[in-house]
Amino acid sequence: MNSASRTALTAFVVCSALLAAGCGSSGGSSASSPTGNVQFWTIQDPTNTVQQAQVDAFNSAGTGKVSMSVIAVDGFKDKVRTGMGSSQMPGIFFNWGGGSLDDYVKAGKLVSLDPAVFRSHFLPAALEAGTVDGKLVGIPARGTQPVFLFYDKKVFADAGVQPPKTWADLTRLVQVFTAKGITPFALAGSATSSWTELMWIEYLVDRLAGPELFKKIAAGDWSQWNDPAILKTAQMVKQLVDSGAFGKNFASVNYGAGGSSTLLAKGRAAMQLMGSWEYAMQQGADPNFAKNDLGYVAFPSVDGGLGNPADVVGNPTNYLSVTTAAAKTTAVDFLKTTWSDSYVQGLVAKGEVPVTDNAQAALAKAPDPAYAEFQYNLVQSAPSFTQSWDQALGLSLGTPLLTEIQKLFNGQSSPQQFVSGVLAIKH
Amino acid sequence: MASLIAGRTARRQQARPVAPTLERPGAGWAVPGLLFFAVFALAPMVGVLYLSLTSWDGLSAPQFTGLANWSRFLTDGQVLQATAVTGALLVGNILVQAPVSILLGVWSAGRQRNRAVLSAVFFLPLLLSTAATAVMWQQLLDPNFGLPAHLTWLFGNANPLGSQSGAVACLVLVTSWQFVPFHSLLYQGATRAIPETLYQAAAIDGAGRVRQFFHITLPQLRNTMITSTTFMVVGGLTAFDIVLLLTNGGPGTDTTILPFLMYQTAFRTYDFGYASAIAGFLLLLATGASVLLTRLSGYDRMTGTLEGL
Repeated sequence: MNSASRTALTAFVVCSALLAAGCGSSGGSSASSPTGNVQFWTIQDPTNTVQQAQVDAFNSAGTGKVSMSVIAVDGFKDKVRTGMGSSQMPGIFFNWGGGSLDDYVKAGKLVSLDPAVFRSHFLPAALEAGTVDGKLVGIPARGTQPVFLFYDKKVFADAGVQPPKTWADLTRLVQVFTAKGITPFALAGSATSSWTELMWIEYLVDRLAGPELFKKIAAGDWSQWNDPAILKTAQMVKQLVDSGAFGKNFASVNYGAGGSSTLLAKGRAAMQLMGSWEYAMQQGADPNFAKNDLGYVAFPSVDGGLGNPADVVGNPTNYLSVTTAAAKTTAVDFLKTTWSDSYVQGLVAKGEVPVTDNAQAALAKAPDPAYAEFQYNLVQSAPSFTQSWDQALGLSLGTPLLTEIQKLFNGQSSPQQFVSGVLAIKH
Repeated sequence: MASLIAGRTARRQQARPVAPTLERPGAGWAVPGLLFFAVFALAPMVGVLYLSLTSWDGLSAPQFTGLANWSRFLTDGQVLQATAVTGALLVGNILVQAPVSILLGVWSAGRQRNRAVLSAVFFLPLLLSTAATAVMWQQLLDPNFGLPAHLTWLFGNANPLGSQSGAVACLVLVTSWQFVPFHSLLYQGATRAIPETLYQAAAIDGAGRVRQFFHITLPQLRNTMITSTTFMVVGGLTAFDIVLLLTNGGPGTDTTILPFLMYQTAFRTYDFGYASAIAGFLLLLATGASVLLTRLSGYDRMTGTLEGL
């Protein structure tokens, strides 16, 4: 096969995927009756059994039928994206809220839900990312996943220090641990894991400027990247990197077992800034460490910053959205089961921390009640829960942003170049 | 020798009377091939060219934007960098793989038993998929738990995948590790096809092993070299899987090659219009390279290396 036809084949594959995505855009099956069958696409994970029970209970009640399809994590977003343009459009689908729904809302694919029906049942911070362009389009359906600091209790005890409460504590700890030859923070900085670097930026900007700055950016005002807090954040990151806070090798470390999480578990790193799923990751990789030595604490305050130190960032939760292909009454009725006691208790038993108002009572039955309550309290008392920026901005802005952040951490861009690089993303 | 040539001529003369009865096949025979080419190559190419003139997110209908994508393309520093990295990988792959696989192929063409056994071992990487290869090497090259952490005398304090030159070198080495066996196999077969008489004649004339290698083996392998290089160029221009799995284009954008950039633009940022412009450029590049290679090498004239024998 010569190179022209090989490239042509590649082009064909790309093109046929494009055509498959586009061909049915006019053929979306519009719902004629308010009740009926609803196709429900969800992602494969340990809570699928809980969801199946939820679906079975709903179907036996008889206001219509929901059929659930479980789709593997890899390719889930692509599959939804392809399905959304076609006659195979799902009626309800699992998603990440915020910017991940932006394109669908603009294309008129989603049903706007009545906030009055849902508002009282969820923590306010969790509903926020389900609202796009002022329309409520996503209903929380999973646990919350805030980001906070994990630390190795044994390493801290050996060094005779306490986890950081302020930024000054944190910089002092960097000195303490680098002097002992321990990497202060495990950081996964490979191109695949650069979202872990984003967490530092998110927290620093929130602590320095408060949540309003990113809200304006997410709402479309890209010039807000000119805010001095952004440059200050980039400078603080550079100082951290230069002082050896992340060690030398982070640029090719991946997140997870065998990567940054193992560095923490083996005592080669003292802390890691990560989402709440780190606990489950450690449990799978090193159960003894997770049980005995894994500590967790909120991100420290930054002196002189405008943000409230109680603010959190992360994934408020995952959402279910209803498309125009669904039988609307059936779909909305089904969404009302997301705060049923049986569903909430099912999630808790799987280690999730649901964001419903009745979750707190169920948390005592969690596999690790102390950890579940720590998360619930963190989220409940947070004045603001900023959604992960890459999710909030959507892929087309989030992907190049992650690249710029990587360059900053790798020292390929100066703080000033980082700001101008990010500003250049949106033409 | 004279009788050998006479024997060959005799066989040719015997064969000749058959030839005139073979007419050139009719145009009808080309229809299936042309149809396949039109449906699976031409039509998508036209589609890509059209899409490169539009702005399309894959959800709503494509918006015609004229040459906007192409003017953005010409001023995009990322494209320039990706082209340079693609070129570096291409050249690096050829420089490393070609000499190694020629030597290995010629060596393994010998019929000794130990060579047969060792060849079988050398060809093992060919059996692994690129995905398996990439995952394995990623573990091996991990700075904290892989080889660099244990072999500090070799790696020093370096982090092979953490710098641009290091990551490009790793990509070249891993690709070579995977594909040298394939190219060796080509050369092994070609070397075995070289007539023994040539070596016998050279030996009589007093040529040593090295001289035989440079004056008989290498010239006889010319067509195989062209085939092998073409494979390397094509493979280099479309080597996307190894980049995706081993470096994911990083650190930063340091190993983002053109096919990876195209994938990222299309399927991570859903900018299908601009991705089509990159695809169009790749198409031009690959066609150009292919034409250049066949012209320079005289491959299109299809001259055999056995002429005059």
